[in-house]
Amino acid sequence: MIRPFPTAVFLRRISSSIRTGLAAIVACSLLAGCRTETKVDVATREKILLLGNGGEPKALDPHIVSSVGDANILRAMFEGLVTYHPSNDMLHEPGVAERWESNEDFSEWRFFLRKNAKWSNGDPVTAHDFVYAYNRILHPDMAAPYASMLYFLKNGEAYNKREIEDFSKVGVKAVNDFELVCTLESPAPYFPDVVKHTTWLPVHRPTIESFGKMTDPYTEWQKPGNSVSNGAFYLTDWRINAYVKVRPNPYYWDKESVKPKGINFYPLDNVFTEEKAFRNDLIHYTYTMPQNLIERYKEMENSPLRIETYAGVYFYRCNVTRPPMDNLDFRKALAYSINQETIVKYVTMGGQQPAYGFTPPSEAGYDPPNVVKFDPDKAKEHLKKAGYSNGAEVPEFTIIINTSEAHKSIAVAIQDMWKKTLGIEKVKIENQEWKVFQQTVHDVNYEVSRAGWIGDYVDPNTFLSMWVSNDSNNNTGWSNADYDRLMKESGRISDPKERYKKMKEAESVLLEELPVLPIYWYTRVYLLHPDVKNWNPLLLDNHPYKHIDLIAD
Amino acid sequence: METARYILSRFGQSLFALLCIITLTFFLARLAPGGPFLDEKAVPEHLIEQMNKNYGFDKDLHIQYFLYLGRLIQGDLGPSLGNKGFSVNEVIAEGFPVSFMLGIVGLIIALLIGVPVGVFAAAKRNTAIDYTLMAIAMLGICLPTFVIAPLLGELLALNLGLFDVALWENSSAWFLGALTLGLYYSAYIARLTRGSMLDVLHQDFIRTAKAKGVAPMKVLFKHAFRGGITPVVAYLGPALAGLIGGSFVVETVFGLPGLGQHFIKAATNRDYWLINGTVTVFAVLILVMNFFVDVVQAWLDPRTRSRN
Repeated sequence: MIRPFPTAVFLRRISSSIRTGLAAIVACSLLAGCRTETKVDVATREKILLLGNGGEPKALDPHIVSSVGDANILRAMFEGLVTYHPSNDMLHEPGVAERWESNEDFSEWRFFLRKNAKWSNGDPVTAHDFVYAYNRILHPDMAAPYASMLYFLKNGEAYNKREIEDFSKVGVKAVNDFELVCTLESPAPYFPDVVKHTTWLPVHRPTIESFGKMTDPYTEWQKPGNSVSNGAFYLTDWRINAYVKVRPNPYYWDKESVKPKGINFYPLDNVFTEEKAFRNDLIHYTYTMPQNLIERYKEMENSPLRIETYAGVYFYRCNVTRPPMDNLDFRKALAYSINQETIVKYVTMGGQQPAYGFTPPSEAGYDPPNVVKFDPDKAKEHLKKAGYSNGAEVPEFTIIINTSEAHKSIAVAIQDMWKKTLGIEKVKIENQEWKVFQQTVHDVNYEVSRAGWIGDYVDPNTFLSMWVSNDSNNNTGWSNADYDRLMKESGRISDPKERYKKMKEAESVLLEELPVLPIYWYTRVYLLHPDVKNWNPLLLDNHPYKHIDLIAD
Repeated sequence: METARYILSRFGQSLFALLCIITLTFFLARLAPGGPFLDEKAVPEHLIEQMNKNYGFDKDLHIQYFLYLGRLIQGDLGPSLGNKGFSVNEVIAEGFPVSFMLGIVGLIIALLIGVPVGVFAAAKRNTAIDYTLMAIAMLGICLPTFVIAPLLGELLALNLGLFDVALWENSSAWFLGALTLGLYYSAYIARLTRGSMLDVLHQDFIRTAKAKGVAPMKVLFKHAFRGGITPVVAYLGPALAGLIGGSFVVETVFGLPGLGQHFIKAATNRDYWLINGTVTVFAVLILVMNFFVDVVQAWLDPRTRSRN
């Protein structure tokens, strides 16, 4: 017979090692308990702002980036002619330009640059730096993805499309070191808003050219140690997927009023990780917020949750060249049977506003035509007019979305609304991986596709110009001569009120034709630590970091 | 002589496999719909054409392939398209040590837990203790890392405050990552150890040892353990490769800048050179590990050589 093992001995040996291990863990936890000061506390004391920033930046070159997160970092590092006001999107803060003026019809703008603006290596910032930057971003060899933001300049588009070779014909001139003149393609009373955008930031010529040609798109100039910038901060560290750090630019003209002693941006692209990092006191601010935790944060006392209006619209594109979406009455039937209020209340739950028009209402004084509203009777009527006696006759069509739970739940809700109100049975929802989705939309190879648009500046133009025939962001196959004419006319009007009236007319055409089904106007939903002061709600969410202070709450 | 020939032929096989992997990856990445330069806000056609030209994507695909191979031989993996200004070499050089550390520490944890549990379960075979331990191990195998990782974060970091829950710099979150991987692999190792220990414990020499009155602990550790642990050692190579390559989930959950994140993001960004680069690195890693294991096994067991 085999003797059983003496369990007692074995257990004793094992348990002694477990006990040692446990002792170590307890010691650890005691030590951790002693460390009452959290990472955020230390950072607040040292005035280092710790920000969650969505994903890893694609680049830190103002002429290459296009995402909101990348622009957040660049806004700390660079300063344009005009910059963002810390609490009001409608106001302008002087940047490199001390003051500016325009001619009577807002088609020529003169910027007077301050003489004490400096790059982070001590070089003066001059009007020539801006001319150089605008040449670089518009140069066709550079292939800057967002070059179209500079099509405001006279001949900017022609130069970018190689229709003209001579940059001196483009509407930007340095009169002398400290005076810059921009001549525009058409009047733009809101031009100071436009030049706040990252695409209009200056770059340091000697730095760029010491790492390659002006138009080399991926040189090492943007790395820490190489990068030279003119904003309140300059780049000191960058580790992919770990952090980007900026520290105060010692040569910045307004360095006395720069409150933070540095900013660390963390590319936490997993929303759950970011929320946990916040709860663990590792960051001051989250870029966004998991949808399913919003309710729980709302119920908290002194909740760090912030919900603010954001200049953006969530909508569906309709491919008007493909049946059944080519039928205007059918599109109307679809639009009027979407209950936008239900979606924001029970699906998105982040305080979003139901979008009855396309352009979000803003402090700019523009009031969009609120015409696309849930109306089941009208919807049914239009379905009949479209030639379907009931929803079952409607041929199968597909909503495409890029893979995401949030987009999926909205699509499912809308699919259900169309079924309930119109009796349409055959609506499919198709997930596509991000890049595949972009290609499908780009090729207009869909029936209905999910979309979102965030304003680049505070003016309805940033929402409406994309629906002009053949605009590269149109992607619906929709084209309307009246719309094109109204938009063109609005571009020639210098009186803001008259201009808005014209744009509202144009938007009415858009909402009558419905190549888009508006769903909701965005909000920014995020978490903010109480130590962060002077962080105000902003429509475009472009916070000028120099004003933000850190004081232990 | 025979050993040398065997090693040489295995080396040749590995090289051939590597070339196949590199070639397949290159062409498959290009066949995927979409492209690296598409963006949510549309990029005009003329600019996409120019970008393709800037990166050499306008040439015929087979020419690009040979140019790529030429660069690869010189050790140049090309520029990253999703991380502008960085070369794929730099991206990998930054990310690999992180994944490697996660893998090594994870493996040590897996061994420290898995081997004792396996041995103990084998010693107590077919008892309640054995069944309980193996049930837990089975649960560990079934629970994916994306469930274990957030649970550990919630429990050890947010509730007990033992670790930081995320980030890399001055942060202990990496240990949670290693622990997640370690726990996951310890379940495998426990089952593997138990199985091979049982095989050995049933053999005649163990019976003889016991019959001679050798102390049971001595039988277990001195006589059975050495034989029982061999399959586990053979498993270490592939396990380490798997740990290093499989750390995508823990890297995402704990915000760690390892290679696993690049492996996935490169594919979703259509960052062609980074896709090829990361796949090549992982392929080399797995091939080297397997090669090493094969050679060691051949060394230990002449039958392996003659079979080949």
